[in-house]
Amino acid sequence: MKTVFRVVSASLVLGGGFTVLSCVAESGDPGDDAPSPNWTSVDRDTPQVGDPFATVARVLRHPRCLNCHPSGDVPKVGDDRRLHAMGVRRGDHNFGMPAMHCNACHRSANQEAAQVPGAPHWQLAPRSMGWEGLDDHDLAETLKDRSKNGDRSLEDLLHHVSEDPLVLWGWDPGVGRSPPPISHAQFVKAFRHWIDSGAASPAPGTTSY
Amino acid sequence: MKIDFTVNGKPHTVDVAPDTPLLWVLREHLELTGTKFGCGRALCGACTVHVDGQAVRSCAYPIEYAQASQVQTIEGLESDRIGEAVVNAWIDLDVVQCGWCQPGQCMSAAALLKANQSPDREAVDASMSGNLCRCGTYSRIRQAVDLAAKNLREGAE
Repeated sequence: MKTVFRVVSASLVLGGGFTVLSCVAESGDPGDDAPSPNWTSVDRDTPQVGDPFATVARVLRHPRCLNCHPSGDVPKVGDDRRLHAMGVRRGDHNFGMPAMHCNACHRSANQEAAQVPGAPHWQLAPRSMGWEGLDDHDLAETLKDRSKNGDRSLEDLLHHVSEDPLVLWGWDPGVGRSPPPISHAQFVKAFRHWIDSGAASPAPGTTSY
Repeated sequence: MKIDFTVNGKPHTVDVAPDTPLLWVLREHLELTGTKFGCGRALCGACTVHVDGQAVRSCAYPIEYAQASQVQTIEGLESDRIGEAVVNAWIDLDVVQCGWCQPGQCMSAAALLKANQSPDREAVDASMSGNLCRCGTYSRIRQAVDLAAKNLREGAE
């Protein structure tokens, strides 16, 4: 059974790519202590085996996702996950401050000339969905916690990662931004597999990149 | 692409490429040169205008998004009491040095005061941090925002 699972897991990962929006924690946030992999040199051909959540976690932890899921109030940008310029902050509704709303600069599509990324409802994830510094166990627990995830069921979460245009943007991030390490189709498949296998949280202490 | 929109209360129609920045249309087609070009990448705030009441960076605002929108520039800022209060405070405190960034500063200040007429120091800094001033007039900008807010609260603008 274990061998079969490993083959399935490996097949989910092979040949894909996924990028995540990066947001930054402020000094003192748990994210400051997290390892900082070089996303431009991640080996995307090496199959990952183990817990069903590992493949999902690899995507969620990618800069295209994590940059806008900060544990603090400041988004991050770029594959190197640097602080967003201009002192951008979360604001009361996760859309930035007055006069500095996200849509002061970000439109519903990427702008190649100005190199400003864009997608519908560009915004930060709520503070309760800050993922920086979480291990795979806490990341999975946070995802499943309806008091933190916008009262979403597992199927709601699957729909979110399958359809939300801001999530889909991660695979079309524009020039200079890497996509996640697996394709969107593979990511959705992995997410489905995690749910179907019981949506278990990995043991504490594991961190998948 | 034909774009119909309103600038400072006046209807306009322009026929330009859909990805033409709003800033280009304002300055080159409508000859409203009060809004300044700074960086062209939405990084400095000099080109800030309001679209449907929201502050936006017009250098990174493709004109196609302005279809049927209400645009307000520095030339029309004094048409409402908040904008008038901002401009008067800027004059009273002699904020401007070279002046290049100041139209954008005023537009951002007005956007802040529309949302919050009692901003504390942190709120002012967080909302104005996207507007750079190479002359370093930040302390006077802060004072002017405070003065405009005070005058608005007291109805004395």
